[in-house]
Amino acid sequence: MSKNGISRRRLLGGAAAAAAPAALALGGVLNGRGAEVDRALAGRPPAPNGHAGHSDFPHATFAAGATVDHVRNGFHPTEILRDFDYGTTRRLASGRVLREWEIVAQDKKIEVAPGVSYEAWTYNNRVPGPTLRAREGERLRIRFVNASEHPHTMHFHGVHRAGMDGMPGIGELGGGGQVEPGESFAYEFDASPFGLHLYHCHVAPLAAHIARGLYGAFVIDPRQGRPEADEMVMVMNGFDTNFDLANEVYAVNSVGFHYVNEPIQVERGGLVRVYLVNALEYDPVNSFHLHGNFFQHYPTGTSLAPSEYTDTVIQGQGQRGILELEFPFDGDYMFHAHVSEFAELGWTGFFRVGDPSRLTAAAAAAYCELPWGERGRT
Amino acid sequence: MEAGGQVERAPGGGLPTWALGAIPLALIAIAIAAFALLGGPGLGERSGPPVEEVAVEQTALRPGTIELTLRNDGPDPVAIAQVAVNDAYAPFVAEGGNEIARLGSTTLDVSYPWIEGEAYEIFVLTSSGGTIEASIPVAAETPTADLDFYGLMALLGIYVGVIPVSLGMLWLPFLGRLGRRWMSSLIAFTVGLLAFLAIDATLEGLEIAAAAPAAFGGTSLVFVGALVAYLGLAGVDAHLSQRGRRAAGAAASGGFYLALLVAIGIGLHNLGEGLAIGSSYASGALALGAFLVVGFAIHNTTEGLAIVAPLRGGSSGEVERPGLGRLLGLGLIAGAPAILGAWIGASAFDPSLAALLFGVGVGAILRVIVQISPAMRDPDGRLLYPSTVAGMLAGIAVLYLTGLLVSV
Repeated sequence: MSKNGISRRRLLGGAAAAAAPAALALGGVLNGRGAEVDRALAGRPPAPNGHAGHSDFPHATFAAGATVDHVRNGFHPTEILRDFDYGTTRRLASGRVLREWEIVAQDKKIEVAPGVSYEAWTYNNRVPGPTLRAREGERLRIRFVNASEHPHTMHFHGVHRAGMDGMPGIGELGGGGQVEPGESFAYEFDASPFGLHLYHCHVAPLAAHIARGLYGAFVIDPRQGRPEADEMVMVMNGFDTNFDLANEVYAVNSVGFHYVNEPIQVERGGLVRVYLVNALEYDPVNSFHLHGNFFQHYPTGTSLAPSEYTDTVIQGQGQRGILELEFPFDGDYMFHAHVSEFAELGWTGFFRVGDPSRLTAAAAAAYCELPWGERGRT
Repeated sequence: MEAGGQVERAPGGGLPTWALGAIPLALIAIAIAAFALLGGPGLGERSGPPVEEVAVEQTALRPGTIELTLRNDGPDPVAIAQVAVNDAYAPFVAEGGNEIARLGSTTLDVSYPWIEGEAYEIFVLTSSGGTIEASIPVAAETPTADLDFYGLMALLGIYVGVIPVSLGMLWLPFLGRLGRRWMSSLIAFTVGLLAFLAIDATLEGLEIAAAAPAAFGGTSLVFVGALVAYLGLAGVDAHLSQRGRRAAGAAASGGFYLALLVAIGIGLHNLGEGLAIGSSYASGALALGAFLVVGFAIHNTTEGLAIVAPLRGGSSGEVERPGLGRLLGLGLIAGAPAILGAWIGASAFDPSLAALLFGVGVGAILRVIVQISPAMRDPDGRLLYPSTVAGMLAGIAVLYLTGLLVSV
């Protein structure tokens, strides 16, 4: 909606009264708010039972007009979405590929909701940290520099030796334990097994170190690769801004409602692959639900055969999975945690399929053999 | 000093008196200015993050909107960033701006499709990520303060204040028939009633004050109010009795005077009661059932009895029979403040003001107790003896039992 200068809120709310076909297709029909539209059309005052606000409240959102300062944050959720960090590679004498990264831990104040700042701890100045991507069987070397004021580590999910586990108290002799401020350490292991994993800090108190923002997705592609697709990473997270061990803000890639304000643009009929990781602390369960579509689910991405064709997956803490889907119709399709509380506290977004200017009632009707809904004919 | 005459040398040399008073004041002003200009030398930077203390002074419900009035109670400014209702972020507009300066306030109009009868938990997220919590136990539309509403509140005040108190005063002829030995018991009965009201009002005031911003005094407002009222009434009393002596009349120490004092004390109490009724009605927490009104009426009828008791038991020992106008006046003084209280409570309820008013009621009642207690002394000068103790216990019991009818 930002493209044509009309905010979503206005379009879903008052503008629907103008009976603009686009508004009806997007707002009235998607949200099933026919009664509000009818009332607005008739110019009748709202009922005094408290329900009147529905037309201003198509879904939860932050205060109107407010956005996060992405520039000051130094990262942008729309960019994080498709930003895969492949590091640098060179051939070892053995012929194997050595893939290297440098990751710096830093304390950084970020804006997690419009107007709300949070003292985050970051990998490479962003939350979530960079999405590290390698291919199965490669040798990986991650040089970790701790520029934070607190001790940290990088603990990778994967198959590796104990000394490379980023676990304080284990492998301390080899330097692979707790990395003190100003110190560094190079983790080294083989990319195994293929799938979707994560990395995070493992210094105690663990929940606090993770919740502050020290986590990221870790993708190991199978040797033969996966089919070509529009790939994106979604790290489900949240922020406990008042440190009461419960999150005040929930999101995908850190900024609540970001993909509501900037829907994720995808092609109709193209293969979309979502790398979905749950890095949420303090809540045992998170989930992902997609509107108007189903997807193939590959839990942990460790098998090339999907386990389920569904529209909702549940993930516990540290769980992850790969979703593959195609959108058959143009339009805006919501995705959100089906833990509705999280959805209304920020964990909500939209996929935008095709060109929104084509989303007229006539175009919508073209899909249908039966007469289109009553609202389309007003 | 001039009056003493025997001082050899006045301290302060030859300076005039006004200068001796003004010099320290000037030095204090200079010291404060210098301290502020130099930025508090030696104190250094504050340690730790800014302190955010915000009190939710009022919540009001309009169709599709929840209004929260916030007051910054802490030392630092607070910026409001987001509002969530029942764990869902909601659009809002801050009428007084998102920044609240120290002791400043703002009103948030939160768009939310609330539903009557449901409960709501609200958290307001500040720029530092801190949360301010508010709760609405039972949602009901807040009445708008129009003429009808004020009329309704006035009617309510008349129902629970003026009428029952006046009805209670109808016991006066009955009291006249009672023998002299009943006198002290009646006064004791009144003291018991008043003591119960004082305790009740103190607890109520403290409860309300707990929600008030600490910067304005919080719970201490109840005690300040009580002290002010007590001292104020004592001063008025001293003034009146002086004039009374000068006029060589017995009226000042007579039964009518005591009855007036009791009426004032009970009036201030009923102001607080009206405040509580008005505010809970405005917040939808009070159902105006006939049962409640009847309960209050019975409860307050005993207050009428307390007013007329001194007329029988005044120091003269004779039953005074003031004119109907004066009796009506007493009834209004005791009952009408309930109307005023209901208006204030329903339209401009402020926990700090309410706590102060409850305190004023307590102080007034205490003063009245002190004032009328001597009338129950026996010839040996004792205050507590079987018939007065029984009277006081009866007074407490009656209010306790009728109070059960109105526990809201």
